[in-house]
Amino acid sequence: MTYEELLTRKATADDRFIVMTAENRALVRNIHAHLGNRFIDTGITEQTMIGAAAGLALRGRIPVVHALASFLTMRAFEFVRTDAGIPNLPIKLSSFIPGFLSDGNGPTHQAIEDIALMRGIPNMTVFAPADEDDLLKMLPDIWDLLAPSYVRINTQKSGYEHTAFELGKAEVVAEGTDVTILTYGLLFAQTLAAAEILKSEGLSVGLINMRSLKPVDEQAILKAAKSKLVVTVEDHFLTGGLYSIVAETLLTHQATANVLPFALNEKWFKPSLLPNVLQNEGFTGKQIAEKILGYTTSAVQQNIAVPQFSE
Amino acid sequence: MTNKPTIDKQKLQQTALKVREHIVKMATDGGCFVGASLSAADLILYLYSEWLNVGNHNLNDPDRDYLFLSKGHDVPALYGTFVELRLMEKDRLKNHLSVDDNIYWHPNTKIPGIEFHSGSLGHLPSVAIGVAMDIKIRGGKNRVVCILGDGELNEGTCWEAVLVANAYKLDNLIFVVDRNQFQANLPTEELIPLEPLHDKFTAFGAAVKRIDGHDFDALHNAFSAYPFEKGKLNVVIADTVRGKGLPSIERRADRWFCNFTATEIDSLLKELHGEHLSQLTSETLVVR
Repeated sequence: MTYEELLTRKATADDRFIVMTAENRALVRNIHAHLGNRFIDTGITEQTMIGAAAGLALRGRIPVVHALASFLTMRAFEFVRTDAGIPNLPIKLSSFIPGFLSDGNGPTHQAIEDIALMRGIPNMTVFAPADEDDLLKMLPDIWDLLAPSYVRINTQKSGYEHTAFELGKAEVVAEGTDVTILTYGLLFAQTLAAAEILKSEGLSVGLINMRSLKPVDEQAILKAAKSKLVVTVEDHFLTGGLYSIVAETLLTHQATANVLPFALNEKWFKPSLLPNVLQNEGFTGKQIAEKILGYTTSAVQQNIAVPQFSE
Repeated sequence: MTNKPTIDKQKLQQTALKVREHIVKMATDGGCFVGASLSAADLILYLYSEWLNVGNHNLNDPDRDYLFLSKGHDVPALYGTFVELRLMEKDRLKNHLSVDDNIYWHPNTKIPGIEFHSGSLGHLPSVAIGVAMDIKIRGGKNRVVCILGDGELNEGTCWEAVLVANAYKLDNLIFVVDRNQFQANLPTEELIPLEPLHDKFTAFGAAVKRIDGHDFDALHNAFSAYPFEKGKLNVVIADTVRGKGLPSIERRADRWFCNFTATEIDSLLKELHGEHLSQLTSETLVVR
């Protein structure tokens, strides 16, 4: 099952669904043949696409819209906020190549403030699946939610089999008392590797796949805060992402924790193919583990696949 | 449909005068965008009373016609029209800017009959496109009107919308430009020239009519010709006068948003009925 197959199945079964794109067809190349005039390509017009999605939603439709993450969340930001957010319309934003997935494109295409922007919009819900398996488990509930939703589309394969998705709940992969790693999206695979290295170094390690950043699983964060060290790992600016969410959550509950953030602090990342980006920015599993440990290990970094798409 | 063979022009003019009275009365105690409301008053009244199939009987009917007010700050003209057509209680206008109601400087859907909120320019052409697309998908016959300001046409998304409407052959959609020659502070042709506007829309693939937006016969002739051309976006450029009906503020760049004194309002109401020009001393260029 792929993203496009799942969407095709959903939209074929439920004619409220309209699939739209601002000429970003990478995820939906074949769907036109199945949906006919319920597939709408507005051309390179992210703003007009969102406005038209709002009009379609006024008529009872559920538009699933596609564009590159940076243009969907930034160029069309005001349309998302004003035409989807204010009226609370169920427009589903499928954001393509978010975060490090824009690999070689350069800073114009780096959506690394998308979580901050989208979660700041009242009514908006925000999701970031760890990999394709997680994506396919999360999407049915997200699409059924009668609210605007932002999804960091991630079709990478990690080989990990995720648990069933529950809206607003994180996936607790492991619990630990020394270190608990909180992460979302693409970097899940690296944190999984980091956790293995940390365990082999004798630490009790927790790992949480956040999945839903808004609504966020506060209990999962508060529980993680009980370990000696909390680590947040995200391909996002330090400002406004998971590190901020953890800080907000702890403050709300008058709790505190020893937190080590992995994020992009006041910088864009150096463009290259994904494996090189992770290595260069210090986000491979081995690098994450060794930064937490404070020393190098003999662990071997697993191979990182180059994404199979380009746009 | 609601197309009528004839219109009662005299009655429309009388009602338009009442709509303008409502607009003027809202231009105090905080004020409103009175000039842009007066320019759009006749075309909004014409559309709701003569052409659109929408009213109290079908506000939630998916087969109704839709009107979107994209320029937004002309909403006092819509409220005045709603009152005269019994879509809204007259007393409700007294709640202008009250936190206990939802009648403020831009439209919002808390007011029955308003299809979508606006205020940020260049948004509703695309929202209207979405509605028009859905009507096409469902094979409906209803029509979608979107009223734009001429200053609003500075926004690139208006032109994106024309491109997309053309691509999708949305001949069930009508963009009406309230061509009152002014943007907020300046004549359009002095700041960002729009002319030749007819040619611009034509070049983008629309079927265009340019008419006097204060002449009910001209409005009726234009809208009776709907759809202007099969497969093409309809555009009506309605030449209007900002501040129409109040010669003391007509075509004045400094009378965009006005917050008149009670004395000025009394005088302006008389001016609407053709009496003397008002002596206006309230602050001008109260830009919001």
